[in-house]
Amino acid sequence: MRKRWKIFWALVIGVPIAAFVAWGLWDNARLFVLTLLNGLTLSSLYFIVAAGFTLVFGLMRNVNLAHGSLYLLGGYIGFFVAQKTGFFTLALAAGFLGAAAVGLLMQVTVFRFMPGQELRQTMVTIALSIIIADLLMWSVGATVHQMDAPEWLAGPLRDIPLIKAYSKYRLTLLPIGIAIGVALWLFLNRTRVGMMIRAGVDDRAMLSAAGVNVNLIFAVTFAIGAGLAGLGGVIGAVELSMVPGEDVRLLLASLIVVIVGGMGSVTGAAVGAIILGVAETYGLAYAPTYSVVFTFVILALVLAFRPRGILGRPA
Amino acid sequence: MLAPRVAIALPEVKPFEFRNPVRARHVIVLLFVLAFPWFATPFLTFQIGGQALVLGLIALSLTFLGGYGGMVSLAQMTVAGIAGYSFAILGPPASADAAGISLGAPWWVAVIGAIAIAVLSAVFIGWLSVRTEGIYTIMITLAVGVAFYYLCLQNYSIFNGFQGFQRIQAPTVFGIHWKQPLPFYYLALFWALAGYLFVKYLLRAPFGIALQGIRDNPRRMNALGFNVTAHRIAAYAVAGTIAAVGGVLFAWYNGLITPGSVGTSWMINILIIAVLGGMSHPVGPFLGAIVFVLLQTFAIDVVDRERFNLVIGGVFLAIVLFSPDGLLGWWARIKSRFLLVNRGGVR
Repeated sequence: MRKRWKIFWALVIGVPIAAFVAWGLWDNARLFVLTLLNGLTLSSLYFIVAAGFTLVFGLMRNVNLAHGSLYLLGGYIGFFVAQKTGFFTLALAAGFLGAAAVGLLMQVTVFRFMPGQELRQTMVTIALSIIIADLLMWSVGATVHQMDAPEWLAGPLRDIPLIKAYSKYRLTLLPIGIAIGVALWLFLNRTRVGMMIRAGVDDRAMLSAAGVNVNLIFAVTFAIGAGLAGLGGVIGAVELSMVPGEDVRLLLASLIVVIVGGMGSVTGAAVGAIILGVAETYGLAYAPTYSVVFTFVILALVLAFRPRGILGRPA
Repeated sequence: MLAPRVAIALPEVKPFEFRNPVRARHVIVLLFVLAFPWFATPFLTFQIGGQALVLGLIALSLTFLGGYGGMVSLAQMTVAGIAGYSFAILGPPASADAAGISLGAPWWVAVIGAIAIAVLSAVFIGWLSVRTEGIYTIMITLAVGVAFYYLCLQNYSIFNGFQGFQRIQAPTVFGIHWKQPLPFYYLALFWALAGYLFVKYLLRAPFGIALQGIRDNPRRMNALGFNVTAHRIAAYAVAGTIAAVGGVLFAWYNGLITPGSVGTSWMINILIIAVLGGMSHPVGPFLGAIVFVLLQTFAIDVVDRERFNLVIGGVFLAIVLFSPDGLLGWWARIKSRFLLVNRGGVR
């Protein structure tokens, strides 16, 4: 029975996708492959941002709706550091550290004092997101900030068969996303702190009873989660652009990635990010005024048949 | 089937009987809101009175859903916006550039159609979000709401994109143009009172009692034979109806509907209004709406207009941190302290 259902779903989902791929390749192969690359590089950015979101949510049940604001904050910090020093790697580090510091501050000054009150914590993050967004607009202004790619990544990579040329910077995002995914996996599965975080996801009370300083673990997790948003911000400052409103866009992406992929699972975030990034890009390329509908249909289908997400487990 | 299949002795509830007598404060408040336009300027009547009543009505739907159903949905403004958009699309041509979209139905057909479409959307949103519980609700409804915002923004064939519908006309019925301050105020007051009394009634009806039971302990209610999912979706439908009425009124009030009307800031504003007033009583959202509208109108005299978000974010943060029950909780605390002091004095 189970096997039959699997075959059924594989057919229901696979056949339309296969048909679309065949049509796309036959119709305009270059556009199709370019869109795929664009989708995957966007997925890479979505994964970096959403991984932080899901890490925090999985451990602390804290839906950090200020995650988009942290993304924007990291992006601006990176932009100005790059402008002053001229080093892209320094900008990446500054974006990560700056957002991580703000996240740490939020955890230590606010969330620590309301453990277990998920709804209240979420409302605090909503209030903080409004305040951070407005402070950013106040200090930086509402104009578009576009960061240039570092020199060694600027310009296109030429002589690729079929698509001819592709931006070096965007292409680099793929290995960066994979590297961050692998690093997170190693951190969670091979280090002592990661082990404690995983134990905390499964049973916080037991972890605390085992003598672990849970508050410290929470603070570390929150800092890493916020830092990933900031890191994503610096990457996005080049790939997209920094302007008020981008925080909402990345927050929506993070929400959908973790709802689709499964909440609290880093692997789920990777799966969700690929689905969302690719679907969104193909939507924009082939049906521009309805592309959000695809995102929405994916969300609805996943919620209808797997309410906890594709890789989600009951809490 | 909402009712349990097993016969259960429900507490005897007589919905139409007033449990609480009509007190002096009810009469005073009613007289005040009825007389308000006669001593206030048209500006105060329309911008403060009318807007607060309409926003309070939309926030009331969230109070019902969140305070009594335990489901804090951020998509109530989306439902209201769907009603507003549907009215603009079905109704009389809204503006020259959008005339190709508007279907030109009479106003009452458009209103009924708009509310029906909005309630169906609310049921759909409810059906999606009741599959998971608790904190997931806020995430799913936020995602749905933001997705709708982006759809309105990027779609030109139905929603007219960034422009939206700029000239929505409130109808002229019985020779009265309902957009004028005085008629609009009484129209909003009528629907706000109707919504308030409807929620008050519903909370004491078997459905409302069961809903509050589900909020407190869904597993036990399920074991008692109540269909938890059906009750929750029905609650979304009820809240959707209230929000839809508010949404049509809000579109008339603004005279336009754009993607900005259903954007995150308005979705969150409705949550702020409900939390600010307090979710423990249906009067809360109206109190919250009055404070919100007063802040929105007069805070810009003190701070820069651009910095309104900072003010409202700070107020919201303060309320969530220091008085989670909102103004109602604040009021209860003051009252209890005051009474204690009094008792001390009597001794």
